[in-house]
Amino acid sequence: MSANIIDQCVAQGVPFARDYGGLLDNRSFGGVLVSRTFYAKGQTGQQLLLGAYSAMNRQIARGKITPFNRHEMLDIVKVDGKARGIIARDLVTGKLERHSAHAVVIASGGYGNVYFLSTNAMGSNATAAWKIHKKGAFFANPCYTQIHPTCIPRSGDYQSKLTLMSESLRNDGRIWVPKNIEDVKAIREGHKKPTDLSEDERDYYLERRYPAFGNLVPRDVASRAAKERCDAGYGVNATGEAVYLDFASAITRYGKEQAKIHGIQNPTDAKIYELGKGIVEAKYGNLFQMYEKIVDENPYETPMMIYPAVHYTMGGIWVDYNLMTTIPGCYAIGEANFSDHGANRLGASALMQGLADGYFVLPYTIGDYLSHEIRTGKIPTDTPEFEEAEKSVKDRIDFFINNKGSHSVDYYHKRLGNIMWNKCGMSRNAEGLKEAAAEIKALREDFYKNVSVPGSADELNSELEKAGRVADFLELGELFAKDALVREESCGGHFREESVEEDGEQKGEAKRNDAEFAFVSAWEFKGEPSDAVLHKEQLEFNEIELKQRSYK
Amino acid sequence: MNLTLKIWRQKGPKDKGSMVDYKVSDISEHMSFLEMMDVLNEQLISEGKEPVAFDHDCREGICGSCSMFINGEAHGPDRGITTCQLHMRMFKDGDTITIEPFRAKAFPVIKDLVVDRSSFDRIQHAGGYISVNTYGNTQDANAIPISKYAADEAMDAATCIGCGACVASCKNASAMLFVGAKVSQYALLPQGRIEAVDRVKNMVAQMDLEGFGNCTNTGACEIECPKGISLENIARMNREYLSANIKD
Repeated sequence: MSANIIDQCVAQGVPFARDYGGLLDNRSFGGVLVSRTFYAKGQTGQQLLLGAYSAMNRQIARGKITPFNRHEMLDIVKVDGKARGIIARDLVTGKLERHSAHAVVIASGGYGNVYFLSTNAMGSNATAAWKIHKKGAFFANPCYTQIHPTCIPRSGDYQSKLTLMSESLRNDGRIWVPKNIEDVKAIREGHKKPTDLSEDERDYYLERRYPAFGNLVPRDVASRAAKERCDAGYGVNATGEAVYLDFASAITRYGKEQAKIHGIQNPTDAKIYELGKGIVEAKYGNLFQMYEKIVDENPYETPMMIYPAVHYTMGGIWVDYNLMTTIPGCYAIGEANFSDHGANRLGASALMQGLADGYFVLPYTIGDYLSHEIRTGKIPTDTPEFEEAEKSVKDRIDFFINNKGSHSVDYYHKRLGNIMWNKCGMSRNAEGLKEAAAEIKALREDFYKNVSVPGSADELNSELEKAGRVADFLELGELFAKDALVREESCGGHFREESVEEDGEQKGEAKRNDAEFAFVSAWEFKGEPSDAVLHKEQLEFNEIELKQRSYK
Repeated sequence: MNLTLKIWRQKGPKDKGSMVDYKVSDISEHMSFLEMMDVLNEQLISEGKEPVAFDHDCREGICGSCSMFINGEAHGPDRGITTCQLHMRMFKDGDTITIEPFRAKAFPVIKDLVVDRSSFDRIQHAGGYISVNTYGNTQDANAIPISKYAADEAMDAATCIGCGACVASCKNASAMLFVGAKVSQYALLPQGRIEAVDRVKNMVAQMDLEGFGNCTNTGACEIECPKGISLENIARMNREYLSANIKD
């Protein structure tokens, strides 16, 4: 499958890196020990997106796709139990539109912004997925979240989003904190620089704890290890939530290699640095520049500071093998659905899923459904079902506009984010999850009483757009906590403090409970998030043995 | 730091619009420019006023939507960045900052600082792709070796995010850096050469139809481009365009 994807993308003109022989180049990536990942500088995902976008442009030009820019899907319309269309809002004019169809496909991405701060784009939201959930689509494994280890640490309360430094940096960067707490203090107070510390004074904690995988352990393991060091007081910035990602040894290693290639005998340290820096720049130049602009430090000269941040949600709308949800005729693809990744996601596989779902799976499976609809004809939009869906969308918009409250939408979103990060973040426990569910419910009630949305409904109104999205996050967050509470095991991105290995080589590591929890949690909406009903889909492993991986 | 902001306010596409002054205080130098705008908007909402509309999404310099013209420069006074990557440390206490939308006939204002850049989309519909179906039965990607130099050059062109800073910076509101980057990415790769003639003709025709101006080699676009797209791409597009028309 992944080989097909690369072939497809190359045919579309995605400029994957080539080696000097003209063949595709490979590199290693988080969670693997061999070089087997194809790449386009430090922006593979962006280039694959642009490739998909170009394929769409071609279909638009041929009249096969009609794009509706600046529109938001605000509800799904069901007729006789089948998905038959959507209600959308034109975000420029505010006009509500009815669109009918024989099938509906949701490709609206994940819900990482339930945390307010994440690496997701600001506009990314769960509304489309949540609307279909409320109309009958099961929501699976909401608690499975990926917290990515290589992000730029937050700098203050005004922070609006977190920036991901590409995973590829872990190929060449070594992660460390000072060994001695005195050095941590000196660095925080500005008396010492990280480069002042000798090798003996540094704790390369991933290499120490996981000698086999070292800095390339999976994302959840790397994130928790950073949290463990920072919680113990070894964080290296003012907030105490940062570790170093150091490229000095990579620069030296590449520099020596280049000196050999160019036949330079006994190169000076300066020459090695110059040659090595050139290679690192060619590989990660854009990322280093991005870092320097944000943090105002030169990562070629001083180690980068990183800290984990919410990056991806493995949970999502439950789908069958044909990618259809529990609403007949409604499909969910990409990050919006729950499939493919389980409780954890390895580097590059979101790209694999997004492209495979859209290019290779859905085009074939949706045909089977549509073949039964071949005589259905055009679906009218002047029916009671469309009427009712449009009215409920309009009522909600009017409610927000008329609710002259005292707090902005962001006020609530930030509060929700705080609860999620503190109690449903990198590690979770039963007590915290119960508190989170109660706090989110209370926050939601306060939101409906006191939220303020300026402007009107018939214009471009970003506060109104955000209000609807945050209202949905306030429901999803509660279901998230409920799901995390039910799953009393540690598994991938979901780490329960009550479920850790007690002794032996794996002491302190996540402990799975396959006997009781080898199932997908698919939640059915019943009016309130707290009333959601759990359906368990048992996971069966036929070809491979189910066991925990060791990265030691 | 405390700042005075002069911001373009325009209720809708038909409204005339004008500059309005605002004051913000206690701005941290570590804030991004858009976070400073968030602070202003929170302040306006608490005063019962309408916040300033501006486009933004990724806030890490890759979506290309934060189209602000700050103190007379697209994406403000720094190089190699978009507005979301501009940090307040570039300004000092007491500064007055002028903030306008990108101005071009082909980028009409929707509201305040939000402009409609769908003309860029239509240029890409005209030919910004390789005609291959997405069914997965393409040939082995290694069947056609591509020189590392060509692949790297195509990659450099492909980093264009379509933000429109080139248009906003150009005295002629020309889109040739953008179109040049798109034409080059495909023209440099063997799989894109097949339809290179039609592509360049169709994309240039659509560019002209949208009302973008011509290139007079000033080079402002290259300086303001957040992704460092080189003027060579315009030269390459012109060569492609010329040879495409000679072939007719």
